[in-house]
Amino acid sequence: MVACRAIGILSRFSAFRILRSRARTHINYGVKGDVAVVRINSPNSKVNTLSKELHSEFSEVMNEIWASDQIRSAVLISSKPGCFIAGADINMLAACKTLQEVTQLSQEAQRIVEKLEKSTKPIVAAINGSCLGGGLEVAISCQYRIATKDRKTVLGTPEVLLGALPGAGGTQRLPKMVGVPAALDMMLTGRSIRADRAKKMGLVDQLVEPLGPGLKPPEERTIEYLEEVAITFAKGLADKKISPKRDKGLVEKLTAYAMTIPFVRQQVYKKVEEKVRKQTKGLYPAPLKIIDVVKTGIEQGSDAGYLCESQKFGELVMTKESKALMGLYHGQVLCKKNKFGAPQKDVKHLAILGAGLMGAGIAQVSVDKGLKTILKDATLTALDRGQQQVFKGLNDKVKKKALTSFERDSIFSNLTGQLDYQGFEKADMVIEAVFEDLSLKHRVLKEVEAVIPDHCIFASNTSALPISEIAAVSKRPEKVIGMHYFSPVDKMQLLEIITTEKTSKDTSASAVAVGLKQGKVIIVVKDGPGFYTTRCLAPMMSEVIRILQEGVDPKKLDSLTTSFGFPVGAATLVDEVGVDVAKHVAEDLGKVFGERFGGGNPELLTQMVSKGFLGRKSGKGFYIYQEGVKRKDLNSDMDSILASLKLPPKSEVSSDEDIQFRLVTRFVNEAVMCLQEGILATPAEGDIGAVFGLGFPPCLGGPFRFVDLYGAQKIVDRLKKYEAAYGKQFTPCQLLADHANSPNKKFYQ
Amino acid sequence: MTILTYPFKNLPTASKWALRFSIRPLSCSSQLRAAPVFVFKLYLKAVQTKTKKTLAKPNIRNVVVVDGVRTPFLLSGTSYKDLMPHDLARAALTGLLHRTSVPKEVVDYIIFGTVIQEVKTSNVAREAALGAGFSDKTPAHTVTMACISANQAMTTGVGLIASGQCDVIVAGGVELMSDVPIRHSRKMRKLMLDLNKAKSMGQRLSLISKFRFNFLAPELPAVSEFSTSETMGHSADRLAAAFAVSRLEQDEYALRSHSLAKKAQDEGLLSDVVPFKVPGKDTVTKDNGIRPSSLEQMAKLKPAFIKPYGTVTAANSSFLTDGASAMLIMAEEKALAMGYKPKAYLRDFMYVSQDPKDQLLLGPTYATPKVLEKAGLTMNDIDAFEFHEAFSGQILANFKAMDSDWFAENYMGRKTKVGLPPLEKFNNWGGSLSLGHPFGATGCRLVMAAANRLRKEGGQYGLVAACAAGGQGHAMIVEAYPK
Repeated sequence: MVACRAIGILSRFSAFRILRSRARTHINYGVKGDVAVVRINSPNSKVNTLSKELHSEFSEVMNEIWASDQIRSAVLISSKPGCFIAGADINMLAACKTLQEVTQLSQEAQRIVEKLEKSTKPIVAAINGSCLGGGLEVAISCQYRIATKDRKTVLGTPEVLLGALPGAGGTQRLPKMVGVPAALDMMLTGRSIRADRAKKMGLVDQLVEPLGPGLKPPEERTIEYLEEVAITFAKGLADKKISPKRDKGLVEKLTAYAMTIPFVRQQVYKKVEEKVRKQTKGLYPAPLKIIDVVKTGIEQGSDAGYLCESQKFGELVMTKESKALMGLYHGQVLCKKNKFGAPQKDVKHLAILGAGLMGAGIAQVSVDKGLKTILKDATLTALDRGQQQVFKGLNDKVKKKALTSFERDSIFSNLTGQLDYQGFEKADMVIEAVFEDLSLKHRVLKEVEAVIPDHCIFASNTSALPISEIAAVSKRPEKVIGMHYFSPVDKMQLLEIITTEKTSKDTSASAVAVGLKQGKVIIVVKDGPGFYTTRCLAPMMSEVIRILQEGVDPKKLDSLTTSFGFPVGAATLVDEVGVDVAKHVAEDLGKVFGERFGGGNPELLTQMVSKGFLGRKSGKGFYIYQEGVKRKDLNSDMDSILASLKLPPKSEVSSDEDIQFRLVTRFVNEAVMCLQEGILATPAEGDIGAVFGLGFPPCLGGPFRFVDLYGAQKIVDRLKKYEAAYGKQFTPCQLLADHANSPNKKFYQ
Repeated sequence: MTILTYPFKNLPTASKWALRFSIRPLSCSSQLRAAPVFVFKLYLKAVQTKTKKTLAKPNIRNVVVVDGVRTPFLLSGTSYKDLMPHDLARAALTGLLHRTSVPKEVVDYIIFGTVIQEVKTSNVAREAALGAGFSDKTPAHTVTMACISANQAMTTGVGLIASGQCDVIVAGGVELMSDVPIRHSRKMRKLMLDLNKAKSMGQRLSLISKFRFNFLAPELPAVSEFSTSETMGHSADRLAAAFAVSRLEQDEYALRSHSLAKKAQDEGLLSDVVPFKVPGKDTVTKDNGIRPSSLEQMAKLKPAFIKPYGTVTAANSSFLTDGASAMLIMAEEKALAMGYKPKAYLRDFMYVSQDPKDQLLLGPTYATPKVLEKAGLTMNDIDAFEFHEAFSGQILANFKAMDSDWFAENYMGRKTKVGLPPLEKFNNWGGSLSLGHPFGATGCRLVMAAANRLRKEGGQYGLVAACAAGGQGHAMIVEAYPK
């Protein structure tokens, strides 16, 4: 009897277990009338990603829906606010060992979306939040798309940014849906498209306005409303009261017609290919393959297109470039977190000293996030210029329709421009962006400390002055920290935060929190001359000067560096940064690091400064800059300076490739040294800092990823070759040598 | 605490009363010395007829509505279409003079509300008053606060009387949507202004050469909220969706409004309407927007703003209206001294404002509990509710908000919900949906409807509430004048 019961319990328990194991974790669905509502909600994550589990649950659910007699249509929606489907699971791709595995993944995904497309029961994708990559591919295979007109709702195919292509039929469906030119633009740039734009393009069929407060939190009710609207459309589609076909505009019809002419098509492919080649300089394989796949689909039919898509997808995912770009993506995610935790006190009132390019830039990215910001300068002219810069930055967004003029005005009212220290008693953080001069920085630090409250943090925006030296005159060094922004602040994503030994953890937490609020990607490094970024750049710049002294034309040097993958040529970079700043940094760091930072003669910069060739800001540097003129001409007045400092080139290390590697290896060597010395905490931060702050070629993934993928041994060999020609400046650092000696050692495991 | 309840509750302090009575005559002009006597009489009457307290306040003059009138409210583009706003306003003013026979010279001040301004008559109050034959010694100004402009005109008057600055005020409002100022584009205006200043032929020619045909594109008055660029109908549709108000509910409510308005019109209850002989046309005697339809007919309409699936349609929205209203308000003692029998007291009022994007039309929800609390009343004390009906969806969303604890806790900082106004006391003679809504004039109509309903239906307190563009709102307590 007892045994029986026990067995009964056991069996019931196991039955329960079976049910449990069949219960779905990513997807659930309910039926409203004759409409199935499929809700995606991946557990323990802010976003839904297309993982293997989600794939299989999704197929299971859809099969049930197709098999059911009661169900006539379906709605596909996410339960997560702010995310429909963010794309394929990158880790799933990264786990693939072979090309075949990746191709197979792509083919599986293709099959699932094809079934959606061929569904006899209409499926409505109800999109709220990000609908990217694989998410968009799912959406465009549905019969109808409804999106919320929310800022968070964006559609796009960002695969190209990860060195891949849309691998679930996107390359085939997107051109049919929005036309070849628009589809290529989306896939080649990876740009995110806002809902209203998507509606105009024909990417979505209806828009739903986000709702305000009602009887539930706005976000929750908006999703519910989206679902209600989607259900009425699903019913309408099933009843054939609504047609999934969309009226095309005249321009669209004309383009579509033009694209039916083979000659026109060939011209379009040619034009796009040319443009891509010019922009990628052959460094990124993905864009050309995307064009290839699109072309195959159009010219040879969808079957060939799908096959080509999955194969090229596999090939691309296995490339070094893709691995480098995916690594950067992971690094970026990492650098968007505050590893110090939440600060004790939120910074609500910010004060910025110095309304120059940097100060005003920092102000701009602060006020538009709702921070009350004081911008202080010593003179009215400087202050005016700074305030105008902030206004212009915001107004440009109005012109691009990213802001309304009303929002601009209300954001701008967060800014107070002033010449005195009024209101500093309320400041939670002061960021100084005054001229790079230690005694000036000391003076303002003392002035500020006299007026700010005890909890207020003093942050210094300096690119080279050691923070501990600035903090030396502080009464409260634990509240002093470095926040190194990059110019132009509103465009450059990186923020380098520098902590001294005395900086408290809470101060760091606060600085990171402010940086994240400003939308920055943040690396935290230890104090030292040049910190991380400036220190890596300095030896490379020294090499730039030497190369110029050796008679390489600035234009030629620029083209060598850009063709290696740097976004800005080396000579142009000096002009952009400012020759005086470069000189300052070269002198400061030269003093500290001595011979290792030598190479080019700093006299070149000194002479340029004395002649007023300060770069873009003064209208002349290596190039001549004129308002409204795009073409850059060489500054012929530089010839005499260069001639006076001419060095004989060493032919054994002066090939184009050698010149490129002389620059890059010095950069990489110094970066690895920063990790060796503990300036950097992780290689990931080193890569993010180099790519986002200094424009290190993204296709190489950053100096550390580059060493891993290219091979430490090869880099050390290069360095030794140059060391033989030039000496100590090229001596590989210990950590790099270690990696070369044991090939299993990698910065990324 | 009010004057009239004071003696009952605090008998021992009655001596203070004596003190106040003795001081007041000193501080008042000789004309007003009789006031305390009137207050005392009133107090006796109130005790005889009512058991409820009244809302008079110590040391603050009572403000009364002697009477109020309005022109018939017409769909824009009908009989008033050739008029100018001041013509309509003048009709309301002469109607008021006729109805009350008030001697023009006793009017201290005239205030009118308006929203879309005719540029030629930007101070429409003054132009209308001059034409209506008011003394040219009576100053007038115009106020604007979107759909609560007339409310602002009234409460400005209340303030002037309560502070002792004035005794007799005419407040009103006007809107003429048949004609709106359409301007040249900014570029064209700039060119024309620069041409004015150009001194030589050369300068003129060089300016003219800058002319482009697109300069001629006209600029219409904004129909959308300036801060959010969203039209009000669109916002109302979103509001209805946020509170899950269905299309059917909205149509039913609109039908109710039209049916009640029709009934009130047929029974002659809309006594504030004065006939208006439109120059060159027939005399207009009644509102022409009341059109009770059927739910089936209404269900056929397509959404007007959020297409194709929204719920706000032409049938469940208020329509563009031409009309004007005017009201004679006085210090109580002045009215009584002049031998008037006032219709109502204007008591506590409240202005509120909130997010113009997502809570544009929720003013009544916010203003109602505040004004009730200020007056020391509860929802149960109110006998006549007169809410401005911008859209069915807006009224019903406000109802749902007032009936929600969640909304009260999360958005109003209240522990419990406001509570629902009982529908049998709500807009019983129709509302803006059916009678029409001339933006600048509706406020006075609401107050007169409340006052007239209290007289007709019996009851002491009326509550007037309205929403307005800009996310603002207003509520006021109207107290019936004891019979």
